[in-house]
Amino acid sequence: MEKNYEDIPGTYVFDADRSREGYHLNMFCISMRQAKNREAMKEDPEAYLAKYPMTAEQRQAVRDRDWNRLLELGGNIYYTSKLAAFDGITFQDLAAMMTGVSREEYRDMMLNGGRSIEGNRYKSEWEKS
Amino acid sequence: MARLTAGVGCSHVPAIGIAMDQGITEQPYWVPAFEGFEFSRKWMKDNKPDVIFLVYNDHCTAFDASCIPTFALGCAAEYHPADEGWGPRPVPVVKGHQRLSSHIAQSVILDEFDLTIMNEMEVDHGLTVPMSIMFGEIAQDDDWPCLVVPLCVNVVQYPPPTGNRCFQLGKAIRRAIDSYDEDLNVMIFGTGGMSHQLQAERAGLINADWDKRFLDMMTEDPIAASQITHEEYLRETGSEGIEMVMWHVMRGALNDKVTEVHRHYHVPASNTAVGHIILENHE
Repeated sequence: MEKNYEDIPGTYVFDADRSREGYHLNMFCISMRQAKNREAMKEDPEAYLAKYPMTAEQRQAVRDRDWNRLLELGGNIYYTSKLAAFDGITFQDLAAMMTGVSREEYRDMMLNGGRSIEGNRYKSEWEKS
Repeated sequence: MARLTAGVGCSHVPAIGIAMDQGITEQPYWVPAFEGFEFSRKWMKDNKPDVIFLVYNDHCTAFDASCIPTFALGCAAEYHPADEGWGPRPVPVVKGHQRLSSHIAQSVILDEFDLTIMNEMEVDHGLTVPMSIMFGEIAQDDDWPCLVVPLCVNVVQYPPPTGNRCFQLGKAIRRAIDSYDEDLNVMIFGTGGMSHQLQAERAGLINADWDKRFLDMMTEDPIAASQITHEEYLRETGSEGIEMVMWHVMRGALNDKVTEVHRHYHVPASNTAVGHIILENHE
């Protein structure tokens, strides 16, 4: 199937393929909504992670809290943000981490109207700069 | 008979709900966002809906990755605000209009839209934030001023339904409301958007020019708006901007010609452009 959105820079569209690949990862993340699961995760992260049959790469990205890698491996932001919340990271701070800038820089960018669409439509535009 | 009197387009940014729940809407950051809702709250008091048909998306709350219905219609007596990981919002339980829900389910499915029926469902910020925006602060032990029929649209896993499909579903919902035998003032809300991207290196994307054109089209050229492609939403409005397809359900339910009585646009609320429009149906 043609994916005419794969050339959008800095974006992982959560399509049916990523949903399939990321299923157990996302189910792990969403489990962090419940207090009893957060307790279990705090107590013994490896034992808790072992309950979810993720790939070794996904498991490592969870350990590393590599937020963009989690998306690349099939994670969806509404799910991975629950893991971030478990760590005490707000949605906006998570966004700052994914874009590689400080919390203050990110907040200022949003206050100034957000990231411009200009130069941010195609991967080719990012490769030039 | 039931009458569909107006449509409301409205963002459902969770941070707006949090700002209201924490009582910090007077802070400079929030003042311009909330100023644009003052007219709306007065307008709601003047126009008193009996029922709101509320189109929104669930954020892995009622549905996690294990079950992803494209369109799910609430048919329950009540809908409790969900715990999304930091405790339920301190807002009233949402009461349904069960008989109207049943009628719409039957009518719309025979009209060839294959809905999922939800007889039990918790609701998240996607539904409660638009209610708070339009009605203002209401104590948890009080009641919302009207009943609700919720419709969840999948916009989390790509692809969501097309804009055209949403627009046509809106028309089927309108036919269902028009054929309901009780005298009711019904409004329809389309929620979500506007431009925003929450994920990866392009997070923070905002496209205000595009958003404003979309608002113009909502009023003046809804058919053209319903033909906007998924690729355009993703590229021009950010990966999460695609949830604007839900506005087409609202617009499809209204008459071709409407009167725009209010519009508000503000950047930012957290990571998102806030958009809001009120459209009245002509008789």
